[in-house]
Amino acid sequence: MSLSERLHPGINLAGTDPESHEAAEEVLFGFWIFLMSDLVLFAVLFATYAAMSVQGIAEGPRPAEVFDLTAAFLETLLLLLSSCAFGFAMLEMKYRENRRGVLGWLLVTGLLGAGFVGMELHDYYVMITAHGAPPQASGFLSAYYLLTGTHALHVSSGLVWMAVMAVQVAALGMNPAVKLRLMRLALFWHMLDVVWIGIFTFVYLYGVVS
Amino acid sequence: MNWELVFGQIKWTSFVFAGMIENPSLSEAIASGAGSLAVLGAIATVILLTVKGWWVPLWRDWLTSVDHKRVGIMYIVVALIMFARAVIEAALMRAQQLSAYDGGGFLSADHFGQLFSTHGTIMIFFVAMPFITGLMNYVMPLQIGARDVSFPLLNAISLMLTVAGAMLVMVSLVVGRFSTGGWSAYPPFTGIEFSPDEGVDYWIWAVSLGSIGSTLTGLNFAVTIYKKRCPGMSLFRMPLFTWTTLCTSILMIFAMAPLTAATIMLALDRYAGFHFFTNGDGGNMMNYANLFWLFGHPEVYILILPAFGVWSEVVATYSSKRIYGYTSLVYATMCIAVLSFAVWLHHFFTMGQSANVNAIFGIATMIIGVPTGVKVYDWLLTMVGGRIRLSTAMLFHINFLLTFILGGMTGVLLANPGVDFQVHNTLFLVAHFHNMIIPGVLFGMFAAVQFWFPKAFGFRLHEGLGRASFWCFAPGFLLAFFPLYWLGMMGATRRTFEWSNPDYLPWLALAMLGAALILAGFAFMTAQFIVSVRRREELAAPLGDPWDGRALEWSIPSPPPAWNFAVLPQVTARDAFYEAKKDGTAYRSPAGYEDIEVPRNTATAPLIGLFACAWAFGLVWHIWWLAILSFVLIWAVVIARSFATDTEETVPAATVRAANEAFLAAVRAAPGVTRDQEMTAANRGRAIPESLEGGAGALAAGAAMEVTR
Ligand code: HEM
Ligand SMILES: [Cu+2]
Repeated sequence: MSLSERLHPGINLAGTDPESHEAAEEVLFGFWIFLMSDLVLFAVLFATYAAMSVQGIAEGPRPAEVFDLTAAFLETLLLLLSSCAFGFAMLEMKYRENRRGVLGWLLVTGLLGAGFVGMELHDYYVMITAHGAPPQASGFLSAYYLLTGTHALHVSSGLVWMAVMAVQVAALGMNPAVKLRLMRLALFWHMLDVVWIGIFTFVYLYGVVS
Repeated sequence: MNWELVFGQIKWTSFVFAGMIENPSLSEAIASGAGSLAVLGAIATVILLTVKGWWVPLWRDWLTSVDHKRVGIMYIVVALIMFARAVIEAALMRAQQLSAYDGGGFLSADHFGQLFSTHGTIMIFFVAMPFITGLMNYVMPLQIGARDVSFPLLNAISLMLTVAGAMLVMVSLVVGRFSTGGWSAYPPFTGIEFSPDEGVDYWIWAVSLGSIGSTLTGLNFAVTIYKKRCPGMSLFRMPLFTWTTLCTSILMIFAMAPLTAATIMLALDRYAGFHFFTNGDGGNMMNYANLFWLFGHPEVYILILPAFGVWSEVVATYSSKRIYGYTSLVYATMCIAVLSFAVWLHHFFTMGQSANVNAIFGIATMIIGVPTGVKVYDWLLTMVGGRIRLSTAMLFHINFLLTFILGGMTGVLLANPGVDFQVHNTLFLVAHFHNMIIPGVLFGMFAAVQFWFPKAFGFRLHEGLGRASFWCFAPGFLLAFFPLYWLGMMGATRRTFEWSNPDYLPWLALAMLGAALILAGFAFMTAQFIVSVRRREELAAPLGDPWDGRALEWSIPSPPPAWNFAVLPQVTARDAFYEAKKDGTAYRSPAGYEDIEVPRNTATAPLIGLFACAWAFGLVWHIWWLAILSFVLIWAVVIARSFATDTEETVPAATVRAANEAFLAAVRAAPGVTRDQEMTAANRGRAIPESLEGGAGALAAGAAMEVTR
């Protein structure tokens, strides 16, 4: 097998030497596996939510009474756009090695991501105050807050990571280690998108419909 | 001044000694004694390190090391220290149950509850897990011809997280109390309503730290095995221990997440009033049972698979034969790994699911017996016609074969829901799982220590004391646990601190005797280490191959240099090193040497471990400033480290050449030893392969040595 056939998706190093490519291989493969174990965690949370949203309502409100589909839809848009922006950052990195371009797109990604987290916090606020639906109200709400909260926590740590990367891009330049970290952050960010699509579909759409 | 802001919920009465002062009793005295022992142990260690001037080497060579070999050894040291504590607790429980007829006994119910909880938790998370992880750490990279694992720093961090968890359990001896909820910590008992004190929180955070470490380990090892095998080592040329390590790693990646989810949910219930597992308000305890055993059942295979790998290496080496049925052993390992995720429900047959569901999971459970049986036959057939040497490791192996089969059969009994309804939650179950875990995992690890110790330290272990420990451990195990089958069938429930049935007494007495023998075995093992270290000159085997080994780890010096292999080996067959010895290509000087990059030592991992322990302690006692501060510090260390650039150093080719050529010259000059001389002082680690021994064989050996000159 030639090297290029063995490469994992997500390796965006363009025309560097084979050795950096080979090193990237191992690191990114490791990160894929990390993402996999993270996905298992989300799968377990989804399963818990699935059970709790039916059997854990107790005296509390039901899913359809507390979810705001418009807000969830806007959040979805924000997150998808931020992934898109991250894609542009990676293109800048791959084809231009352009610090400014990378930093600019990272900033856009970060702002969209922060917008997402902000909106979600606002959702929580509305749920707790207007609907009387804090996590303590029922098993269903506990599971809801844990699932979406874990996702939000991931996005927030992605934002911190992004800030660190911005500093590294500015201070260290586009060296191989920085590039590799950017690639991993990109994978992380896209995975969070995928998880959110699951949440949007299963928790919000399905929850409001049923 | 609001002291609660500073000390959280710690009061002076939280210290174990306060109990002794306030209401003295034998139970409290024992608790205080254990607490004092922990404190004195810590003080003694500090004094010893200071007097001997060992602080600097400890920090420089060990704690900051990212070398997989040192990390592995540190894991095993942690496991042995924790084993000492947990086995003493076991003996204490035995003594209590023996003396507790009709309100006798010397422990309070609460104290007994803490004992079985810490015993179980420690044995699983801080003995068995670190033991297998340490062993995999040490052996696997050497077996696949790699210089290190894929992510050495991550490896060190996993270790330090595990250590942090273990420290937390040790701290609970002195400050506060531990959970009384058993190692599985079932709510609602462990919820805030029934366990309002800090005990369950100790359990939650200790276990969480350990399980994060294990997830990272699994990831690291899987990548290492996929990406770092030396040229020519296809998957089906990997030694069996490496195979079991691979399957174990995959199990770790998948199985630890449900546990993390369960502990987080339990924590949210306790700290923030959530309703995952509460009675009422939509909480559902069954969800905990599902999550916990979705981890818990694969966990027992995480523990046993590496031990299976050890048995495969041990039986082949000490029978001087190729392993019988390599391919079937590999497939059996994979089957077991996959099936292990399909049976978790057998842990709660009695909790109200339908009969059909029980039947399906019962059958799935029994099916695991098939691949396991395949393995047992393979091991037996490896011995047939082999030249068996009854070394300590081999004695453990034979004992394993005999007793593990009995344990397996009681497992098949338990897999039948009808039977399970009768004996669940009795000592029958306790007998069953100890029957699997002690001859399987624990003795497997002991055998591994006997087997690979000379690789790690350059000298063999004293054989006589090893056998003495075996001859205490093996009958001790039988006496300690087989009576429990009877007791269980007589209706003796588990986790019970006093009895009223006089029929139990003789069996409990036998079990006590067994526990005492096990303690004696441990004492002999400790003596074996001490005596071997003292006599390390006459036991020395620096040439690396004392047992006529088969895989690559035996082809390098003992202990191996930091870079493991001077030149990455090229493999053309299974049992790569044995084949090379046979056809005379072993110990050849390579064509040339190159510079080798090795990672530099770093304080990152120990700092993260320290802050993680402080973080968990802060959470246990609601000392919020400490929890927040140490959480921030953990991530500060991670971020600071990501700015470090100079993380590797170069070993010049000349250094590697000098070391390796000196080793090769010493090997070539050494007289080879035959299998008969294995346990004598003549064994410096240059084995003559069994197939070249005696008669024509000796001539061939001579010729082979000629070639290597
Ligand atoms: C070496 C000698 C050992 C002895 C004498 C011993 C003895 C005991 C005893 C007396 C109990 C309590 C039974 C009850 O609650 O009625 C127990 C429970 C337990 N032991 Fe051991 N044990 C030993 C080794 C191990 C090992 C090596 C492991 C695992 C690696 C282990 C894991 C457990 C677990 C998980 C429990 C259940 C704790 C609970 O009920 O929550 N033990 N053991
Ligand atoms: Cu099981």
